[in-house]
Amino acid sequence: MDMNAYLSMFIDESNDHLQSLNENLLRLESDPEDLSIVQSIFRSAHTLKGMSATMGYEDLASLTHEMENVLDLVRNSKLKMDSFIFDTLFKGLDALESMVQDIVGGGTGKADVTGIVASLQSIVKGDYKTAGAAAAPTAAASEPQSGAMLDEFQTSVIQQSIDSGHNVYYIEVEIREDCVLKGVRAYMVFDLLGKNGDIVKSEPSVTDLEQEKFDRSFSVFAISTLSQEELETQIATISEIEKVSVALLDIESLAMLNNAASKQQTPPAASASAPAKGQVEAETKEEVSKQVNAARSQAAATAPAPAPVSRTIRVDIDRLDTLMNLFSELLIDRVRLEQLSSEIRRNDLTETVEHMTRVSSDLQNIVLKLRMVPVDSVFNRFPRMIRDLAKSLDKKIDLVITGADTELDRTVIDEIGDPLVHLLRNSVDHGLETTPERLAAGKPETGTIYLRAYHSGNHVFIEVEEDGRGINSEKVLKTAIKNGVVTEEQAKQLSNEDINMLIFAPGFSTADKISDISGRGVGLDVVTSKITSLGGNVTVDSVAGRGTKFAVQLPLTLSIISAMLIKLGSEKYAIPLTSIVETGIVQKDQILIVHGNRMIHFRNAIIPLVSLSKVLDSPDFNENNESETEIVVIRKGDKWAAVTVDEFIGQSEIVLKSLGKYLTNIEAISGATILGDGQVALIIDPNALIK
Amino acid sequence: MGEELKVIVFSLAHEEYGIEVDKVRTIERLSPITRVPKTPSFIKGVINLRGIVVPVIDLRGRFGLAEAATTENSRIIVVAAADMEVGFIVDSANDVVDIDTDTIDQPPEIVGGIKAKYLRGIAKFGDNRLLIMLNLSEVLNKNEIIQLEQLEV
Repeated sequence: MDMNAYLSMFIDESNDHLQSLNENLLRLESDPEDLSIVQSIFRSAHTLKGMSATMGYEDLASLTHEMENVLDLVRNSKLKMDSFIFDTLFKGLDALESMVQDIVGGGTGKADVTGIVASLQSIVKGDYKTAGAAAAPTAAASEPQSGAMLDEFQTSVIQQSIDSGHNVYYIEVEIREDCVLKGVRAYMVFDLLGKNGDIVKSEPSVTDLEQEKFDRSFSVFAISTLSQEELETQIATISEIEKVSVALLDIESLAMLNNAASKQQTPPAASASAPAKGQVEAETKEEVSKQVNAARSQAAATAPAPAPVSRTIRVDIDRLDTLMNLFSELLIDRVRLEQLSSEIRRNDLTETVEHMTRVSSDLQNIVLKLRMVPVDSVFNRFPRMIRDLAKSLDKKIDLVITGADTELDRTVIDEIGDPLVHLLRNSVDHGLETTPERLAAGKPETGTIYLRAYHSGNHVFIEVEEDGRGINSEKVLKTAIKNGVVTEEQAKQLSNEDINMLIFAPGFSTADKISDISGRGVGLDVVTSKITSLGGNVTVDSVAGRGTKFAVQLPLTLSIISAMLIKLGSEKYAIPLTSIVETGIVQKDQILIVHGNRMIHFRNAIIPLVSLSKVLDSPDFNENNESETEIVVIRKGDKWAAVTVDEFIGQSEIVLKSLGKYLTNIEAISGATILGDGQVALIIDPNALIK
Repeated sequence: MGEELKVIVFSLAHEEYGIEVDKVRTIERLSPITRVPKTPSFIKGVINLRGIVVPVIDLRGRFGLAEAATTENSRIIVVAAADMEVGFIVDSANDVVDIDTDTIDQPPEIVGGIKAKYLRGIAKFGDNRLLIMLNLSEVLNKNEIIQLEQLEV
């Protein structure tokens, strides 16, 4: 069978599971008592094991198996989590991740994991500590698989469930003979049962089922919230299932089943388990009621609101790009049609075109949304990174993430990861003080890093803020002068904010010693250049002794923007709407001359007047010949300027096009777009007009 | 006998030039060109080539020849080389010929006022016609454009 067809699906899903393992382990580390987290960790690990075994990645499967053994003990409260176990599990995860990466790179996914496996096994055996308390129950747990259909423990779970009015079923499933991935189908049945309740026991065992060590049929004891019929139809809808029979169990049928089973069993085995029974009974009872309670609460939770199943498909990003390009073409034609219909002035044509305009703007929203990805896909690796950094630097750090569901264009998401890693590393290493320093400064021992994302207008802001030592302006200034970033003359005129911005200069580092994590002076300048290339900007805000905040501003999308089209003589230009404050008209005699610069009064302020025709060397327009001029007031941060133009054409959605590699770094021009009449119009970069 | 080379023949100031066919994307009639400010004078601007914005340069200006008004025969030859797409305005483009690479000779220092480094060589074909082969990567060399800009400033 050709596994390649499944490979990309395997890789995607493995990555998902590894990510959720990582997240849940972190959650568990902060709340080790919460067994429901262990459950979900266990489930992810279990699925991962099944998938890798099916795909033939033995090393991956066996390492997951060992981790699962440890988790199983924890899940059944037979083992308490401690830092050694966490570290070993994290190491295991890292190994799994690198194996999956190897598979992505076309490798075999093999790796030497004997060290991790050994320590996992020592955890299971319990001899990583002196106490061997966990050993006995483990042995007991693995025993009953071969013999009786239900062991004591499982029987009593079922009995209690029946007593408390829950539905318990005995389910027999037969899979079609020509089914290729029997293990997967079995897993789907288990998944279905798991969603609607709890599985008590399966024959053959889950492990055997997943490794396809069964013929065509298997049987399951399960507690479920569904009715007998519902369960039967739902299982039957899983493809390649030949036959399914669901039987509702009551106390009597349970007893009969057990009798039948024990008859088959050899008498010595039965008697052997008898003496052990008494001594574990007290413990078991407690366990059982706990489990039943858990099952009950789980069932109760799932009953009113069945877990929202997000119905998604995975689509190649290239196809989305093609869709986007095609849509851009359509948009150009739409604008052309609008022009033509306004010239022709025929009512039904105008109506049709207007309708098309509405439909296409809906379409535009959808196409743009398709490319939107929550920033979570970048943020989700940070908790783990911060944990590891904190450990290696011996600092205590809380990472608080908000707005992880904020969405950004895929192209921006792909690029934003590295800059954020730089900023976070910088915050951990330079921003936050060591624990003794914090205590000395009267701050809480644990430092906090806030990572926030939110929408504002046509932009998304991502902030990295910590409550550390803040930027030492004097030191920054000294280093900047020493490294030749600024001269002493310039330094005197810098405001505090300007000084803070100096840390983004190339080759700048105030760190006294270079650490593994940061301080080589590469980093922050890379961050700015990357963010700027994405059409965004970075600002920094710092209070000495209180902390530092980096704010990254990013455009929502890079492909379609709203713009104001203007005329300059015979030429047409586009100005992005995001930087326009308003438009107006200014009389020639209202223009003031201050120090040889032309300024105008605008809303109680005096702002510079920039002549666009001069900046762009316009061949056939000069506003000096006119008694009144149209102006566009633009904004860059808190600086404003008025730009003179010849005539406004109107607002329009435009598709950004690059000028190509031959024409780069054209002053005051950020790109081009194609207008409805097929002509190219240049897009003005308002940031270049404000000095 | 060397390899056969398919070449597009175009004329510029009464000389015939050649560009390898596989470097040429398309040949277009003149369409409205949008001026791009702050660029050397030989860069005429950009055109819309079926949804793609392509810069257009006047080869006469690029080679320092006297610029001439465009005519009915003027064409834009869009070439793709060194990862760039650029359109050349030429006086006319009207032939595709096969030439033998063995017949390409080293160019003399200056041919028709064009520096030798822009040229790949001179090929003979047909009834003693001479074809000047362009060295596209030099013609599109951006470092030189930057130097030109500095001269103008």
